[in-house]
Amino acid sequence: MLRLRIILTFLLGVVPGGAITRADDIAPKDRRSGFDMMSAETQAMQKNDLANPAMLWVREGEALWSTPPEGGGQACSGCHGEARISMKGVAARYPVFDASAGTAIDLAGKIQQCQVERQKASPWPRESKPLLSMSSYVGLQSRGTSIVPAHYKGTTEAASRGKALFNRRVGQLNLSCANCHDDNWGQKLGSAVIPQGHPTGYPIYRLEWQGMGSLQRRMRNCMTGVRAEPYAYGAPEWIELELYLMQRAAGLTLETPAVRP
Amino acid sequence: MGAKTRAFGLAAILLLALASSGVMVRGQGITELVVAGEIPRPLNGLTGDAARGRTIITDRRKGLCLLCHSGPFPEERFQGTLAPTLAGTGKRLTEGAIRLRLVDGRKLNQQTLMPPYHATEGLSQVGQNWRDKTIFSAQDVEDVVAFLKTLQE
Repeated sequence: MLRLRIILTFLLGVVPGGAITRADDIAPKDRRSGFDMMSAETQAMQKNDLANPAMLWVREGEALWSTPPEGGGQACSGCHGEARISMKGVAARYPVFDASAGTAIDLAGKIQQCQVERQKASPWPRESKPLLSMSSYVGLQSRGTSIVPAHYKGTTEAASRGKALFNRRVGQLNLSCANCHDDNWGQKLGSAVIPQGHPTGYPIYRLEWQGMGSLQRRMRNCMTGVRAEPYAYGAPEWIELELYLMQRAAGLTLETPAVRP
Repeated sequence: MGAKTRAFGLAAILLLALASSGVMVRGQGITELVVAGEIPRPLNGLTGDAARGRTIITDRRKGLCLLCHSGPFPEERFQGTLAPTLAGTGKRLTEGAIRLRLVDGRKLNQQTLMPPYHATEGLSQVGQNWRDKTIFSAQDVEDVVAFLKTLQE
């Protein structure tokens, strides 16, 4: 492929358009969180729990942890005890293969599944305040631990589908995730520095949103940015992308709840 | 309404339809317009307006150009670094070469980062609001070509 490209370039005599995609993966030693590319002010906001607006959602999640659902089922704490102990490291290895779902499942999906199957309650919708709150409270229990994606039977294929989606050009602007986040991280897109796109701190408080959002919401933003039709919330494509992103981010430290511009 | 008025109305509608559908490009296909790495003739025989072209380039929703490129636009504070500067484009490239890069740079380089501004073929999963629409109209292309041709240094 590279050879073909060189021959083509030679035949055409010039490098047309200038920007050529490299399509190389980021080496583990070069992996960097988006945190490193933020302004000192935004970094300070994330580092200080009293200044980090995402902690409001975390506190709400903490309250929900021990609140029984409507309908008389058990609270999360009824089965899982103290989140500080039982949830430590969980967010650093999700998504995982879920036997009862027969497919890969993300953390928010697992919370919803627990609500339906164990608590006999109705699940919180994707992007709803309680689901984001619970996800960030569970996520906080892994803050500071290394991302160690789970390699179970059933996730390998899904992750490779995720990689294909990551490299697929979509939308009217005909761009893939890799075009920016593998090939051009560190460059400026208008005023914004392009990060490597590692999911190290979700759910995040995004200044642009003035609120909290999931990885799926963030990926949706990029997809509409290239004028592509985003997948529906909870769609398998998002989970596949997240699986690949977690493998791609392996070794980085989980920061939940992160603040991003 | 007289027969004359009706005939005039019909002709006007036909003309409008021809002008807005980018007939030359869509009807012929881009490949047929390309001669030696260029689209030498203006799309649909249109004449470009360089001043309007500059406005399109600096409009971040319309042109999107300065998200990736920089150029001689001192009033624009944030310019991208993903692609070569637009300064000197008119010196480096002929009008026809600029036109092909705008219309569909993939004809020169499949791997290009540059979106196809006046082509819809081969695109995947285009959002509903943009489906089967090009980023630029033929007139937009000609306006931007006319402006870029003025960038001689």
